[in-house]
Amino acid sequence: MFRFIFDRDTWQEIWGSISKNKVRTVITVIGVLWGIFVYIALSGAAKGMDNGFEKEFKDIANNSMFVWIQRTSMPYKGFKIGRSFNLRLNDVEVLKQKHPEIQFIAPRNVKGVFGDAPPTVVRGLKSGTYTIFGDYPDIDRIARKKIYDGGRFLNDLDIQHERKVAVIGERVQKELFDIDEDPVGKYIRLNDIYFQVIGVYEYDNQGGFEDDSTIFIPFSTYQKVYAMGDIVGWMAIAAFPEVDIVALEKNIKQTIKRLHDVHPDDERAVGAFNLGEMFGKIIGFARGMNLLSLIVGLATIIAGVIAIGNILLISVKERTKELGIRRALGATPREVRAQILLESVFLTVVAGLLGIIAGVGVLAMINAMLPEDGGFPYTNPTVPIPYVIGAMLIMVILGTLIGLIPAQRAVSIRPIDALREE
Amino acid sequence: MIEIKNLHKSYRMGSNSLHVLKGINFSVKEGELVAIMGSSGSGKSTLLNILGMLDGYDSGEYTLDGVLIKNLNETKAANYRNKFLGFIFQSFNLINYKSAWENVALPLYYQKVNRKDRRQKAIKYLEVVGLKPWADHLPSELSGGQKQRVAIARAMAAEPKVLLADEPTGALDSKTSYEVMDLIQQINDEGKTILVVTHEEDIAEMCKRVVHLKDGVIVEDRVVNQVRASQYV
Repeated sequence: MFRFIFDRDTWQEIWGSISKNKVRTVITVIGVLWGIFVYIALSGAAKGMDNGFEKEFKDIANNSMFVWIQRTSMPYKGFKIGRSFNLRLNDVEVLKQKHPEIQFIAPRNVKGVFGDAPPTVVRGLKSGTYTIFGDYPDIDRIARKKIYDGGRFLNDLDIQHERKVAVIGERVQKELFDIDEDPVGKYIRLNDIYFQVIGVYEYDNQGGFEDDSTIFIPFSTYQKVYAMGDIVGWMAIAAFPEVDIVALEKNIKQTIKRLHDVHPDDERAVGAFNLGEMFGKIIGFARGMNLLSLIVGLATIIAGVIAIGNILLISVKERTKELGIRRALGATPREVRAQILLESVFLTVVAGLLGIIAGVGVLAMINAMLPEDGGFPYTNPTVPIPYVIGAMLIMVILGTLIGLIPAQRAVSIRPIDALREE
Repeated sequence: MIEIKNLHKSYRMGSNSLHVLKGINFSVKEGELVAIMGSSGSGKSTLLNILGMLDGYDSGEYTLDGVLIKNLNETKAANYRNKFLGFIFQSFNLINYKSAWENVALPLYYQKVNRKDRRQKAIKYLEVVGLKPWADHLPSELSGGQKQRVAIARAMAAEPKVLLADEPTGALDSKTSYEVMDLIQQINDEGKTILVVTHEEDIAEMCKRVVHLKDGVIVEDRVVNQVRASQYV
């Protein structure tokens, strides 16, 4: 059998039989070609979408959330309904201790977002109104900012020494500085206080409160400038990757409620936006798409292979006489069977390869046609090699199995009956 | 060369069986050219199928070149057919998508002869039947007589012990029939054993011996004065 497969004559026979029956061959090939094409195109597109989402969110810790305070909706411990209160810096320490699942926690304050007017920032004759954030360096671990060369983000020493330093957005740079000017080391004036610019961050549209007209200053400095005391506007919290973020959100809320004498059943007092949950949904969606494309693709391949078997079965009937002649001239049943089987496998593999090429071509075309950063989550659509190899294996195995049916049929025809048929 | 003793064969047709060959005794020596005659239903095609190992038989004995041919499995039958027998059919039975030489070379393919030798041999036998210039033509581009000559070349290519011809002239006009018979006679002249099934008297007269079948038994077995086909060509 081994020698048979690698015999040039065997392939010449097979090539002769499939190349001389062009219509049959083409129709057969199209069946499998279409199957593998759909499989490759679908799973590649799903992968592209997966990659796209991943790229969109690569700068934000996936397992993270924001927590803030709203008004209470239940009376408790003598406090009346609708009470307003604030998160405090102490809460941060308590939360860190009580919930070891927290990887990073960054208390934040902001001026110019929630209803109040953004403060004016002046440099020489130029000025503008910008959103001011008071932040800890840890925020950079939760929502990464890309700082242009020569600059840096806030660090612990800035907090410790309440340094008057600022990280500015691209639009701030454009409006307050000349085009060729390097803003790092220069000063801007906020609330009659001069801040030294230590970095410019790259604008990346991720949603959230931060855009390109934002200025980050150390949390401690912000406290002083705006006389905040230990009030915290809201907190960004990132958990370790394997933590159940939804459960953590619940627990953190309970802790905060206990710290601030809020009724444990009060659903409204503490607000939160759970990025982890959102990510989970999106990733789940992408995975679902992946699985769906896998199933649809495989089903189409199977349909294609069955079509091959079907057509070969018909062609065996058509070729009854030919096979009878071959048997009369000395072809053994084994040789006839092997020939039909190899025809099936050969057609399947060739069609599969063509389908893979077509599928990859279409994926490349889609990729080339989409704009570089079009806001559409679709990047680098590829099909993992194991998927391709798996598909090929499935095709060869199915091609063999399905080829067995016509092969067996071909053998079961007695040469005398085949030749009698006029 | 061929030795048949008390051969019986019946076909089962539903509940009743049809006794086709009722004890055939018959032998053919090397170099003979035998015509098997009979009306349709006489059993002549069945006999040829058994001789050609395309069909089995119920009882009796069939020996070909000293080998007992009985209860062969398909693989063994295929090997024997390939080694011992060359077939010539009424409807030529060429493979229509293969060129003339590829058709002739097909039995050699199943003898595992390599491609170069196959082609060489096929061309040689096409030359014998006078069709060398048509070696690369498809059967659809050949006339009936040419097709039969290709089939004869194919039957000879494997250099078998016996050629079996089933109504070789049945689909041809008389002129072409004589040309084909002339060729068969020439091959026989070189010592090849040939059996021809026919129901045409003039074709039978061109053989050296005529065996007449009727209702499954041999009713006549005579040596004839061979009429050379070349005189009509």
